[in-house]
Amino acid sequence: MIYEVFRQERKGQPFQHAGSIEAPDDHFADVYAREQYGRRGESAALWIVPRAAVLEIDEFVDELDRNYHRVDGYSLKAKLKEARERAGTAAAAPDS
Amino acid sequence: MNEQEQQLLLQIADDELILGWRDSEWTGIAPMLEEDVAFSSIAQNEIGHARGLYELVARARGTTADELAFDRTPEEYLCARIVELRLMDWERTIARHVLYEEADATRLERLKASEDAEIAGLAAKIDREEAYHRMHAAMWDERLRGEQRYLRALDELRPLLDERDGHTDELAELWEQMTVVRRSVPGATW
Amino acid sequence: MTPKEQGFLEDVQAGGQVETTDWMPEDYRAKLIKFIEMHGNSELMGVLPEREWILRAPTLQRKLALTAKVQDEVGHSQLIYRVVEDLGKPREQCFDDLISGKSKFHNVFHYPTKTWGDVGVIAWLVDAAAIISQKALLKCSYAPYARIMKKICWEESFHILHGRDVILTMMNGTDEQRELVQEALNRWWGPLMQFHGNPIPREDDPMYVWRIKSQGNKEARQQFLDGYVPQIWELGLTVPDPKLRKRDDEGVWEYTEPDWDELKHVVTGHGPKTADRLDLRRRARENSAWVRSVVLADAA
Repeated sequence: MIYEVFRQERKGQPFQHAGSIEAPDDHFADVYAREQYGRRGESAALWIVPRAAVLEIDEFVDELDRNYHRVDGYSLKAKLKEARERAGTAAAAPDS
Repeated sequence: MNEQEQQLLLQIADDELILGWRDSEWTGIAPMLEEDVAFSSIAQNEIGHARGLYELVARARGTTADELAFDRTPEEYLCARIVELRLMDWERTIARHVLYEEADATRLERLKASEDAEIAGLAAKIDREEAYHRMHAAMWDERLRGEQRYLRALDELRPLLDERDGHTDELAELWEQMTVVRRSVPGATW
Repeated sequence: MTPKEQGFLEDVQAGGQVETTDWMPEDYRAKLIKFIEMHGNSELMGVLPEREWILRAPTLQRKLALTAKVQDEVGHSQLIYRVVEDLGKPREQCFDDLISGKSKFHNVFHYPTKTWGDVGVIAWLVDAAAIISQKALLKCSYAPYARIMKKICWEESFHILHGRDVILTMMNGTDEQRELVQEALNRWWGPLMQFHGNPIPREDDPMYVWRIKSQGNKEARQQFLDGYVPQIWELGLTVPDPKLRKRDDEGVWEYTEPDWDELKHVVTGHGPKTADRLDLRRRARENSAWVRSVVLADAA
């Protein structure tokens, strides 16, 4: 059975995929992951998961380019300039 | 540390050293790659334990761990016969591993209760590492229980656990290999 | 090449990364498997010359370090064969092909080790030559391989220090010890110079074209000489090549052209220790076949 190994470098850090090992069961997988990804004390923690339990998602649909909920959907430069001019502050403040 | 305590520590150190040396022979040729890596750590730990124990005795005697590990003659080692055997088949390697870990656990418990703080402290450290060895041994024992060759190996090796009178030729052969570089330029630093 | 393959080629040459489940040209997949498998084979076979010296290490520290180094190499082979397996070639098939001689491993692991001097030279210089290639592989277009190279490079860093420590200790020791180092270096120089491969221009090297390798063979060799010849000379050691020197005007190293016929002869299975070592692998594998069938049989 293939187990995927995720490791946490230090407490507080995210768990990242580190590799995979072959083992007959959870007990062996524990021992082998510990050795391959922790014998030098290089990991604070490990998660091991049978590969079959991992659901992969790698296709995302965004056909209509929905930028209303992203930062790149908001360009305020022109509106800000107009608003400042109206309030008479254009000469005093730098464009931001 | 009195002479009796030194002898006991040397006995354990010699067991760990020779067993570690034997176990390290699997590095590179174990049955599975993942197991190879795991078993090599066990071998390294055993040698590390031997080193810790030698260092305690060495300080009491005014010598070094390396001198105790390498510069005695084969007859002077205090290891049990079981660790001297070259067992390059997995069933006997695991059988020895299982039997040794069990016997060693009992021995370590006594050492942890020593009045000497240094000895008790080192024994506790060793025991914490040995917990993983015991886990590994139990794991393999469970897997191989159904195999005749493994059960035969346990029967064959169990009686040797307590045999400490005299050494096998295999120890002398191992010692030759262990010390060949060291003896090639006596007194040199490596 | 089809337009789709051409597009893929342009993408990887521009620094694009490929994951396991991405579409890839058959040629790319085949070259990838061959390259990565050879690397896995080399790590596994590289264990054998050093194993003997695990038994003969002259101090407890060296014993531990050497065992840990060889353990790392086995660990690397595990990482590498997993990558090959995910590309479609099972581990056992890789072992079959290695033992039958169908697939190859690096030249340096076909040679004998004769003294403790070899142990130092291998850990210092052979690992150094390997790290140069491995650092270049961090940019491999195939991402799973590039990712394991990170761990491999990190672990290799102690190997070189250990090797240099062994050498320095001997060089500061007795005349006999210094002689052991020089003699080992004399024997290993030829294979080291051949290690990075023949001087095929990188544009003609399919591995480079697909950006599996990100460095040509000549560049790798120059990098090795630049990094390590000064380290060798500063210890008072000599390199057994009278032509070896750095051309001041261009900073390029000149040397006696390595024997590329010898390299080909060795990697196709005719090295001095090839047969012995493959035989050892075959026997070890046969002796432990029952273990794998018991342990892996009822696994999913």
